[in-house]
Amino acid sequence: MSGDFVSGFQFTWNFGNYAYGLGLYAAQYSHSIEYGASATLIAFVLAYPAAYWIAFHAGPRKSAYLLIVLLPFFVSFVLRTLSWETLMGDDGPLLGPLKSAGIIPSDFRVLATPIAVTFGLAYTFFPYMLLPIYASLEKIDRRLVEAAEDLFANRVEVFRRIIFPLSIPGVFAGVLLTGIPATADFVNQTLLGGAGTTMVGRVIEQQFEVSANYPLASALAFVFMLGLLAMLLAYQRLFGTDELVRVR
Amino acid sequence: MSAAVPAAATKRMPEPRAATESRSRLRLGPLVLPAYTHLVILWLFAPIFVMIVFGFNDTHGKFNFTWSGFTLRWFMHPFGIPTLTSAALTSLWTSLTATLISTSLGTMLALASHRYDFRGKTVLNSVLIMNIAASEVVVGSALLTLFVTYGVGLGYVTIVLAQVMFSIPFVAITVRARLAGFDPALEEAAQDLGATPVATFFLVTLPVIFPGVLAAALLALAICLDDYVITSFVAGNTETFPLWVFGATREGIPPQVNVIGTFIFAFGVLVAVGGALYRGWSVRRLARETGLAAR
Repeated sequence: MSGDFVSGFQFTWNFGNYAYGLGLYAAQYSHSIEYGASATLIAFVLAYPAAYWIAFHAGPRKSAYLLIVLLPFFVSFVLRTLSWETLMGDDGPLLGPLKSAGIIPSDFRVLATPIAVTFGLAYTFFPYMLLPIYASLEKIDRRLVEAAEDLFANRVEVFRRIIFPLSIPGVFAGVLLTGIPATADFVNQTLLGGAGTTMVGRVIEQQFEVSANYPLASALAFVFMLGLLAMLLAYQRLFGTDELVRVR
Repeated sequence: MSAAVPAAATKRMPEPRAATESRSRLRLGPLVLPAYTHLVILWLFAPIFVMIVFGFNDTHGKFNFTWSGFTLRWFMHPFGIPTLTSAALTSLWTSLTATLISTSLGTMLALASHRYDFRGKTVLNSVLIMNIAASEVVVGSALLTLFVTYGVGLGYVTIVLAQVMFSIPFVAITVRARLAGFDPALEEAAQDLGATPVATFFLVTLPVIFPGVLAAALLALAICLDDYVITSFVAGNTETFPLWVFGATREGIPPQVNVIGTFIFAFGVLVAVGGALYRGWSVRRLARETGLAAR
């Protein structure tokens, strides 16, 4: 993901507004890529095993589990992020007891650090990772697994050579659907981050709402679109659009 | 990762007896994956739990960050803040209007792309996906520029327009998934019996795809109610519930916000559980009527 972005970055370096905006906000762009990519990775690590278990081992309770996983996302996104702010607060329900027990130093912070922002992003866009992966795992023909087992493949081999390769379109869709919004999001960063974690989404929003510098903001936004288009085209080349459309 | 752990426990051996023995010796292995999944679910529910609990917090300051005793005060007067109540109502009305429009348009889109092969279908697919994948900041800023360029006054109308725009793809894709199992012979049969296309749609097609349409409408409603980023760009001076909450973060969030959030969550749970129960009930009824065993 960052690769496409970096090449877009260099490619547009020569155009007035772009050069200015990118030069001015290079740090914010790199924050965005950094946090967006780590959040995508965290979401993947959390979502894949869960999706795998629900798809293959939850049995008749499959749809119930899927429902439970999605229920928290009925609550407004801003509210959920605010709850994380409470939860990760300096004297909040998690850090408070640890601090009074002397396990961690009293000036230890999670809020206003990149960790808080990254985990907030991973949480916010978690369903976009889980659903495509689940959908691709769910529709794997179970006879393939049985055939591999009949041919004496152990479970590691079944997973590595049958299940994982067949779920790759879902993984890519998940990475796309999580990575793009996570990179651009500014709500998590505003609520959970501090002055040092500003991401480019926030910059664009501020340019529009506060400074009203539409050309600069549009240039900044367009650079994002380029990265997005590059990734979508790459996806379309690899898998076609059917897989993505069937996801939801 | 953890998927690899149970694998070692059930390594296949040529003799079946050896396989069962090795499985029973390593009991912990198969527990890792479900434990992991349940931990992830716990993580997903952590902020919801905090939101509900802090709705009962007996806070007296402006900020609702530290626990200071149990109270039902906020639950007795959930609508005690007039601007918050009107923002919540604005949210409700704009989302309902947008859902109605996008469900009708999205269903038509799904029907068209299910039934016909037309030029530009791939482009249509790409546009739908792009709409879902596009970062909200870009979409919001583009819409704002569009509305400002053409002198459209920002407010109710622009909010509804924006929400219709970003919820249509979700509707179209959900309905199309339902249509995938729809037998076109049913429609042909109806038309052979003299039904007009309109009658066919309302008497045959719609009843069959209705669960999909309903799910799509609920999804659209949830997305519209929830949206902050795009709405914030096109709202002008109008405030919806997420906008109000976000705006209030600096002065401190009143516990009423948690209460309203809890209501929304409870509503979501009711709808989801009700839907699941209804499905189970209709499957059993079908089984009874047709004399087949369920499942």
